[in-house]
Amino acid sequence: MLSNIGIGLIVLVLILSFLTIYAAYLDLRTSSQYIKKRIYQLSLLQTTFTVLSFFTLIIGYINSDFSLINVYENSHTAKPFFYKIAGAWGNHEGSLLLWVNILVIFSYLFLVFNHKHNKRFRLYTLIFQNFLILGFLFFLLLNSNPFNSIYPIPLEGLGLNPILQDPALAIHPPLLYVGFVGCSIYFSAAMASLISGYGGKLFAQSIKTWVKISWCFQTLGIIVGSIWAYYELGWGGFWFWDPVENASLLPWFAITALMHSLIVLEKRNTLYSWVIILCLLTFILSVTGTFLVRSGILNSVHTFASDPSRGIYILVFLSLMIFSALIIFFTKNKKETFNFNLESRETFILANNWFMAFFLVTVLIGTLYPIFLDVLSGVKISVGPPFYNIVIIPLVIPLMFLMSIGPQFSWIKSQNKFFYKTLFLMLGAIAINLFILYFFGKYSLLSNLIFTTAIFLILHSCFDVKKLFINKNKAELPRIISHLGFGLLIFFIGINHQFSLEEDFNLKVGEIKKTNNYEINFKNTETKESKNYTAVIGNFKLTNLKNNLVQYLDPEIRIYSNPETLTYEAAIKTKITSDLYLTMSNISRSDYYNIKFQNKPFMVWIWISAIMIALGGFIQLTLKKNEA
Amino acid sequence: MKLSISKIIIFCFVAFSLFVFWKGLKKDNNYDTTELIGSKISNFQLIGINNDDRYISQEDLKKNKFTLINFFASWCAPCRAEHKYLLNLSDKKIKIIGINFKDKKNNAMNFLKELGDPYDFVGKDSNGKISILFGVYGIPESILLNSDLIVIKKIVGPIDQIQYDEILKLAQ
Amino acid sequence: MKIKFFLFIIYISIITPMHSSDNQTKLLNVYKNLRCLVCQGQSIADSNSDFAATIKLVVQDQFDDGKTEEEVYNFLISKYGEWIVYQPTFNKNNLLLWILPYIALIFGGFIILLIVRKTKHNKVN
Repeated sequence: MLSNIGIGLIVLVLILSFLTIYAAYLDLRTSSQYIKKRIYQLSLLQTTFTVLSFFTLIIGYINSDFSLINVYENSHTAKPFFYKIAGAWGNHEGSLLLWVNILVIFSYLFLVFNHKHNKRFRLYTLIFQNFLILGFLFFLLLNSNPFNSIYPIPLEGLGLNPILQDPALAIHPPLLYVGFVGCSIYFSAAMASLISGYGGKLFAQSIKTWVKISWCFQTLGIIVGSIWAYYELGWGGFWFWDPVENASLLPWFAITALMHSLIVLEKRNTLYSWVIILCLLTFILSVTGTFLVRSGILNSVHTFASDPSRGIYILVFLSLMIFSALIIFFTKNKKETFNFNLESRETFILANNWFMAFFLVTVLIGTLYPIFLDVLSGVKISVGPPFYNIVIIPLVIPLMFLMSIGPQFSWIKSQNKFFYKTLFLMLGAIAINLFILYFFGKYSLLSNLIFTTAIFLILHSCFDVKKLFINKNKAELPRIISHLGFGLLIFFIGINHQFSLEEDFNLKVGEIKKTNNYEINFKNTETKESKNYTAVIGNFKLTNLKNNLVQYLDPEIRIYSNPETLTYEAAIKTKITSDLYLTMSNISRSDYYNIKFQNKPFMVWIWISAIMIALGGFIQLTLKKNEA
Repeated sequence: MKLSISKIIIFCFVAFSLFVFWKGLKKDNNYDTTELIGSKISNFQLIGINNDDRYISQEDLKKNKFTLINFFASWCAPCRAEHKYLLNLSDKKIKIIGINFKDKKNNAMNFLKELGDPYDFVGKDSNGKISILFGVYGIPESILLNSDLIVIKKIVGPIDQIQYDEILKLAQ
Repeated sequence: MKIKFFLFIIYISIITPMHSSDNQTKLLNVYKNLRCLVCQGQSIADSNSDFAATIKLVVQDQFDDGKTEEEVYNFLISKYGEWIVYQPTFNKNNLLLWILPYIALIFGGFIILLIVRKTKHNKVN
């Protein structure tokens, strides 16, 4: 029953998409300044049916309706209520339905909220967005239908994978999808802008809220994913430059660049072509990322269960998107004249774009190179963290320097009034760095420069906060918070990297391991039976040899029966000053356990700084028009 | 649209990348070492499982036209499945060296007593370090060498009928 | 101007190689750079597989024998292929990989220079 309702609703949405395109096409030909009411109605109806279809799927999960293959494969009667719901979007077909929902909802909202803008521009945006919607709907119906039914109806579901039952993992996809898929609307808007000729400052104003929304959610989505990885995956890290992680980072670089360039487009009515390119590129990167993740072309811990037929569909859709974007851009784009003084805020924003483009190209090449090499020559290589760290980290140094002094410049042309302020803050940063160096430890030249420029950025942002209180001009607050967050993030990542203690050793029950700083006593193990797993818990007593502080840590090895999996739960003690991290894994056919111990200073500040970056964006959204 | 060099280049580049993606879909993305053939094995010393004084080295293998090196253990279920193929190969006069991987001597001997002993020599690899010398990462794995000690075939996982036929084809 | 430059040099020379790395860090860095063939999405440092445990022993042995990091990597590459190291070696296969990002950087900088130059040119006219 649910299957029929679900498929019926999808087909209705499909029909409405066609109708919307046709109605918009007709309305383009009228001379009226206003969009016909019918088009609003069609769009609202389309949104309603799409959301209803998603609810239908969720109801299927709540009721454990195993007549739907999707529910059967991904759910289980014993799953907790919240995770049953989250299971709806935690699989390929369900998440695709979520994509369609966001495409449709954004389509409607853009139509409604931009009523002050040019009619032809809005109609074209609607048309292009609906072409995207059609593409995804066809993919859904023909290849990845969450409403496919199964008969006879199984009594129990397959999906009780414990790793997926986690709150962070439940909200991570929706957050990311608002980012990934949200950028579809300004892809369509960019195409519409090229065709209708509605550009410049007004175009910037029409899309800027949407760019900011997608940026905020993309940032938050990436952060939540990293926090989950740190707490749940048991390796103590939070970013692995895994292809799926990179797939979420690539659009982020593009959206960040776009967000900055939009400011220039709005203020100075220039950089239009580049803004269009970024708008088109962002969604193209999103779909490319989805292709890499869902087609099985890449080897990754993260991938959904892969299926080459999906890959073909997405590839065809991607090709159509890229080629239509290229053709329309090349036919409609006009040459621009530029007016950039070296000492102006615009030039520094250009510099931001330059760095974002570099990072984007690096991550793109690193991710795709193994595929190209394998296909063209059969040679298989790996590109992992060392590559990205070596290429990207040195460039973060000039980036942070430019991030600090850039906002000091005013638009068009700046008088050089702040040379002494810059010098003063630079000396302050150097002093603080030397202080850390002298009291806490030795580190490489590169690390010194990272710390110095990060502190420089932090100091600048703090001074700007002070200036804010004096001027009472809230417009700069979001930028200050985000830049401050970025400086803090790099600073704390640097501290964490330099001053982390890591040990990897084998221990038997009852043995004690002594390192330079810690004594680790493997006291005993105990077994615990839980609802769907058996846990072997290791009791460890940690003594800090420097200050004689004692901590107890209890890592676990969990043995699940349905499905049969083994997970390693790290024991993590999070404090303001540092995290203690302990994992234990058994070595087959031996009494020994492999123990990994880490002391990670200021770990929680990494999350705080990252959230600060997103916070700046959210504040920007809440600022009223006259404050911004 | 005015056709310019840069536009043509961009179109070609995009088309090329999409083509590579399409080709890449067909490839298996799980890495195994079966394509690492053609290099010479390194020097080794393999201590016998029974008698600590008895050992062989790469020099002993040069006497054989072909040698099959097979990593196995008594606790490994797929090793049981492939064992009959090893016995057949041994009957066909292929020299087989067995390397007992992370196992106890008694268990290994019982394993061979139960299923038959196809090996001309059984060596021990208690800590697994010998397996690394041969580029092995799991068991069962088998490596076919010629008299120059060049690897001519690698089998990752248990030997099945197809692999068995291929070994015979190469080793005759 | 000269004084600022001189001070900068002094700063750089203070903060340059004060880098100490003990054996444990060196070992862990190698583990992190090696890829596990059994758990293919993890490094040897993170993996709990049997294979990872054996590789750790072998790497430790090699270091005890006095081998350098590069020799350890070359040894493992000869056994398992280039795939096993996360940092791509700098050879003719991977040349493009390492160079392309910097080409893009230079290209981007070039474009920005053009834009700013054009402005100066327009202003002069």
